Amino acid sequence: MPALSQPAIKLDASTQTIVCEGCWRVSESLEIVLSQIKQLPTQSKAVIDMRAVEQLDSVGVWVLSELIAQQSTPSFTPVVQGLSAKQKELFELISPQLKAVDSPLEKISPPDWITRLGKNSIIHGLQLVFLITFLGELTLSFSSTFIRKSKLQWASFLNTIYETGYRALPIIALLAALIGVVLTYQMGQQLKTYGANIYIVGLLGVGVLQEFGPLIAAIIVVGRTSSSFTAQLGTMQINQEIDALRTMGLAPMQYLVVPKVLGLLVAMPLLILWADIFGVLGGMLISKFMLGIGFYGFLTRFPATIELMTLFNGLIKAPVFALIIGSVGCFQGLSVEGGADSVGKQTTRSVVQAIFLIIIADAIFSTILPWQALS
Amino acid sequence: MTTSVIEIKQLGNWLGGQWVHKDLDLTIQAKEILGVVGGSGSGKTTLLRSILMLQTPKVGSIHIFGTDIIKATQAEVNAVRRLWGVMFQQSALFSSLNVLENVQFPLRTFTRLPPAAQQKIALLKLSLVGLPIETATKYPAELSGGMQKRVALARAIALDPELLFLDEPTAGLDPQNAEALDNLVLDLRNNLGLTVIVITHDLDTLARITDRVAFLGEGRVLAVLPLAQLAQQKQPLIDTYFSGDRCKQYRERP
Repeated sequence: MPALSQPAIKLDASTQTIVCEGCWRVSESLEIVLSQIKQLPTQSKAVIDMRAVEQLDSVGVWVLSELIAQQSTPSFTPVVQGLSAKQKELFELISPQLKAVDSPLEKISPPDWITRLGKNSIIHGLQLVFLITFLGELTLSFSSTFIRKSKLQWASFLNTIYETGYRALPIIALLAALIGVVLTYQMGQQLKTYGANIYIVGLLGVGVLQEFGPLIAAIIVVGRTSSSFTAQLGTMQINQEIDALRTMGLAPMQYLVVPKVLGLLVAMPLLILWADIFGVLGGMLISKFMLGIGFYGFLTRFPATIELMTLFNGLIKAPVFALIIGSVGCFQGLSVEGGADSVGKQTTRSVVQAIFLIIIADAIFSTILPWQALS
Repeated sequence: MTTSVIEIKQLGNWLGGQWVHKDLDLTIQAKEILGVVGGSGSGKTTLLRSILMLQTPKVGSIHIFGTDIIKATQAEVNAVRRLWGVMFQQSALFSSLNVLENVQFPLRTFTRLPPAAQQKIALLKLSLVGLPIETATKYPAELSGGMQKRVALARAIALDPELLFLDEPTAGLDPQNAEALDNLVLDLRNNLGLTVIVITHDLDTLARITDRVAFLGEGRVLAVLPLAQLAQQKQPLIDTYFSGDRCKQYRERP
């Protein structure tokens, strides 16, 4: 292909002709021509000569129309010479559309604060209503599964246990062990100064079994599972798969959400127990090296200081966490509307809300459970 | 100098345990409108994806504007990509951008035009495909399927490409809009010298705009002929394709 020449315009003052030349295509530097047009003095009666323009495309035509507009006065429109037949046709195809271009766009100014406040209040209020509706529907679907023995989607239920439970084992083991190590290390330093090394067993046991095990397991499940529920249901919503289910007379709640939440209800306590084991093992390892407590000593001391109730105090959180993760993940997934953008937004929201609710729930447990023990 | 824009030789695509294409040859001339038809599963979309470099063929060669796109360097390949516009079957508009920004996107990315000019050119393209100006500030999710199609076409022609791929352009459009789109494609070809490849089952569109139609079947191009002649072919697959009542009027045409 021959090299294309730069587009340009020149003003021939003696004949009052604006000579256009070069290749007027969008791939060339038409922005130079645009700035040249702005600097042109308005002629009283200019002629635009297009003979030297080799190629013209629709963007070139638009630039030409800008030139014509710049040279026009209410009583005068410049003459365009030298367009080839093809170029003239193109010009005639484009020019009727030009007035659409100049009509002003509807300006969307950002609303003032009071409008935003109102809008946000309504949106959040509605979301709360939807959430309550969702929870109600979920409860009804549960009861129909158990009482009226509606068909449970076994494949989906077992798959949820496999995906959210089994596949999370390695990462939860690793992180729980690390938390056990860190806890023991920090607490051990304090205990060492008093020579109370052996109390690490009790501290670590209560800390891990009652707080850190459940919390670590829950947070990892939020990251892995809540987000994947939202993304999956959200994409199904966009692909109209959920509408397809509805038109077949299958409630998405019964068909998609119930097996997921039930699966989590089974997986969550097992994961918490798993996290407990590795948290304690991590702590046990570091207390041998740092505090000089042998494995045998640690393991005989452990059942003597920690009551079985401590373990149950941690495990009792499991169903609550599972319900939070499952229902928030699915709820946000079903609230997706529009496109890919919305999936991203709802997934973020799902993870943030689930973690928020889990920490709140954990705080409530930690303050209420000791009361029960007292009474 | 050769006048062929795309030259496909001995193309073979191996997908899902079978040859989707085997020894497929197809040459597309400059400034022609070529229709691609074939029964479902005959590999129309796979052919398009191979040409668009979304999928590397197992064997064979594809030359576009003289560049061998399978062996070319990244820079050469990108130069070819700048010369084409693609309108996908599902529109494939960016859902986070509004209509105007969607059409403006190629202009913003590949030209140095000032933003005001980009915006006007984008509006011009929207107006060319027959969209009212009020849609410019809407988001793709707020538009009907037919409108999304037209936005997708506006985006495909934003940079005045030399080669235009249309995948099912008129599906989901009402007859008037389908006709307007046909006319627009013809106008663009006649005035801008575009080469257009259109995959469609819409026989009206095929009859109105295409110069030649390539029929895909058995993993090959069975025939490349003007529609009227193609419909007369006695090859069993082609014969079956055009045998229904819907195609009667096209067969009987001289």
